[in-house]
Amino acid sequence: MSDAIDLTAPLPDPAAWTCPAPLRDQSRIVMGHGGGGALSAELVQNVFAPAFGGEVLHRLGDAAALSLGGLRLAFSTDSFVVRPLFFPGGSIGDLAVNGTVNDLAVSGARAAYLSCGFILEEGVEIDTVTRVADALGAAARAAGVEVVTGDTKVVEAGHGDGIYINTAGIGLIPAGVDLRPQRVVPGDVVIVSGAIGVHGVAIMSVREGLEFGVEIVSDCAPLGGLVDAMLAVTRDLHMLRDPTRGGLAAALNEVAAAAGAGVVIEERKVPVPPAVANACAVLGLDPMYVANEGKLVAFVPRQHADAVVDAMRAHPRGAEAAIIGEVVRDHPGMVVARTGLGGTRVVDMPLGEQLPRIC
Amino acid sequence: MKYIDEFQDPDLARRLLDEIHSTVTRPWALMEVCGGQTHSIIRHGIDQLLPDQVELIHGPGCPVCVTPLEVIDKALEIASRPEVIFCSFGDMLRVPGTGRDLFQVRGEGGDVRVVYSPLDALRVAQQNPARQVVFFGIGFETTAPPNAMTVYQARKLGIPNFSMLVSHVRVPPAIEAIMRSPQCRVQGFLAAGHVCSVMGIDEYPELAERHRVPIVVTGFEPLDVLEGVRRTVAQLERGEHTVDNAYARAVRPEGNPAAKAMLEDVFEVTDRSWRGIGVIPDSGWRLSAKYRDYDAEHRFSVEGIRTEEPAACRSGEVLQGLLKPHECEAFGTVCTPRTPLGATMVSSEGACAAYYLYRRLDTTPAAREATSVV
Repeated sequence: MSDAIDLTAPLPDPAAWTCPAPLRDQSRIVMGHGGGGALSAELVQNVFAPAFGGEVLHRLGDAAALSLGGLRLAFSTDSFVVRPLFFPGGSIGDLAVNGTVNDLAVSGARAAYLSCGFILEEGVEIDTVTRVADALGAAARAAGVEVVTGDTKVVEAGHGDGIYINTAGIGLIPAGVDLRPQRVVPGDVVIVSGAIGVHGVAIMSVREGLEFGVEIVSDCAPLGGLVDAMLAVTRDLHMLRDPTRGGLAAALNEVAAAAGAGVVIEERKVPVPPAVANACAVLGLDPMYVANEGKLVAFVPRQHADAVVDAMRAHPRGAEAAIIGEVVRDHPGMVVARTGLGGTRVVDMPLGEQLPRIC
Repeated sequence: MKYIDEFQDPDLARRLLDEIHSTVTRPWALMEVCGGQTHSIIRHGIDQLLPDQVELIHGPGCPVCVTPLEVIDKALEIASRPEVIFCSFGDMLRVPGTGRDLFQVRGEGGDVRVVYSPLDALRVAQQNPARQVVFFGIGFETTAPPNAMTVYQARKLGIPNFSMLVSHVRVPPAIEAIMRSPQCRVQGFLAAGHVCSVMGIDEYPELAERHRVPIVVTGFEPLDVLEGVRRTVAQLERGEHTVDNAYARAVRPEGNPAAKAMLEDVFEVTDRSWRGIGVIPDSGWRLSAKYRDYDAEHRFSVEGIRTEEPAACRSGEVLQGLLKPHECEAFGTVCTPRTPLGATMVSSEGACAAYYLYRRLDTTPAAREATSVV
């Protein structure tokens, strides 16, 4: 243990105080490429979109809005690689349904049919597969969709986490519904359907063996009914998004960037349950960046906002719906939060996944 | 979380701010030493609420930022070995070494794991007796005691496949180095409350007296930071320079004797290089001779790795408040949060990263130009 400071010892020359590090060069996939932030977006924009081409894909929505035989269809797919397979409030089976159903729901479509691909790791117990399949079937029935086709592959032991699932879904978009970020304009009100950060913290609590004093249960749920309730108020909703990976921060940033508008939110109005705030404080995480399932963020013309919130609150999935901010002309493409103390901070697009901080 | 809410109360914050505004009569430059305080200041927008005369300089108190390139490169080398499970706190994974970071090592097949406690790493070692488990032991006086305890436990339990890559740093010698700089602008310090909760405040009166600078032990919640600023400014306005404990709910003057005893047993003081600053005498800890067997540098023969840091960015000057981030030529051009040249752009709480974000809110042509290349 030290001791008095040696005043005769040489000190570094302040003029030479520098802190250089080399430029980073991502030559391989890192976990952040799947984190729903800037790295994910770059992978899609630089690798997938140029390779696949196509005008529809370049809109980069949660679901593709298609016109086919006079019908307006929404089509979406998602893959689920969650660990552990079962967690408080759900399982990978529930996620595989709700993730895709919700991508369709926030496109304004009511999901009708799902495909389901299982990638199973050699050695996983049939009983586990059965439990996941049962959960998936039950979630599909609860969401009002039918699983109509599927596929099964098995990979060698050590090449997977037991079970991976891919689902794709298709649904009809009602006439007069047109949800996309380009419709978002200054003056729109930003609404969230309920508490944020719950799913991510629930998963983390079981995956990392962390206990926060209160069991945090995932909010994984289908959103079709809630969206129906909102569209019953007005079909003139501008944009919906389910803030999954990357959390509310990524969802708001994506919309702000695509709309070319700024977003301002009042931090104290964002519903964060005490248990989530507590867990995030312990881990040095920001709830705004934590993943959600079963929540949506809506951009709504101001004249409809109160009625839409009332309708959301009357629905079980939107009981805690709250207006959290608005779209502004200032700082286009950026999201700014007014803090509880009256200051402001920039809520930036996350780079990859959020990391617990040491200090 | 009721306890935290009480320290974020907007009405109390307003009262503290009013008092600071009414106290200040001229410009003062204060340094918050700790990265946790910087985080709180940025997170709650505190810097924008203070009077213009009160300038907050973000000090070198982010352990992730100050870990030298050489140590990061040693970590990358060790983590790349097939027999190694490399365990680290999460935010070290994204800090660039020479050419890559721990995430990329993982992408290349290295077994790099995020843990929340060094004891978790010890558990990994017990569960994987055929592998070598290395924990990346970085941080200030706050993280050093649990890391020391882990090494102590490893020896006590006879776990042969566990070792630690140690790069701990100590705050008081850093304050000394900052104050001895001829260009130093810092007139008052918000000392790091959690560091003092471990080490006590014995090391500070001499520093305060020698440099005639007030040192106020300050916590991390918004009201703690405001109270620390209020007390520091009050001293400066009165022409005083004493050590004041504004974080008495957590800090006893003698610190935590048990933690200090554990540090003394497992670690010994050493000169330590700080990224962006250089070597500061007596500013770090390494494993003491008694625990040399648990030193990963020794076990994996990486003691010889020496990394030359080319002078490319000027974050050292930023850390001293000598240079505003945007005055650096690299700022916003080759150096961005995505492609950081320096530690102050790596961490989201770093002065350059924070400045980069807020600069984008500024719509003047100069600001747009400074941040247009991403």
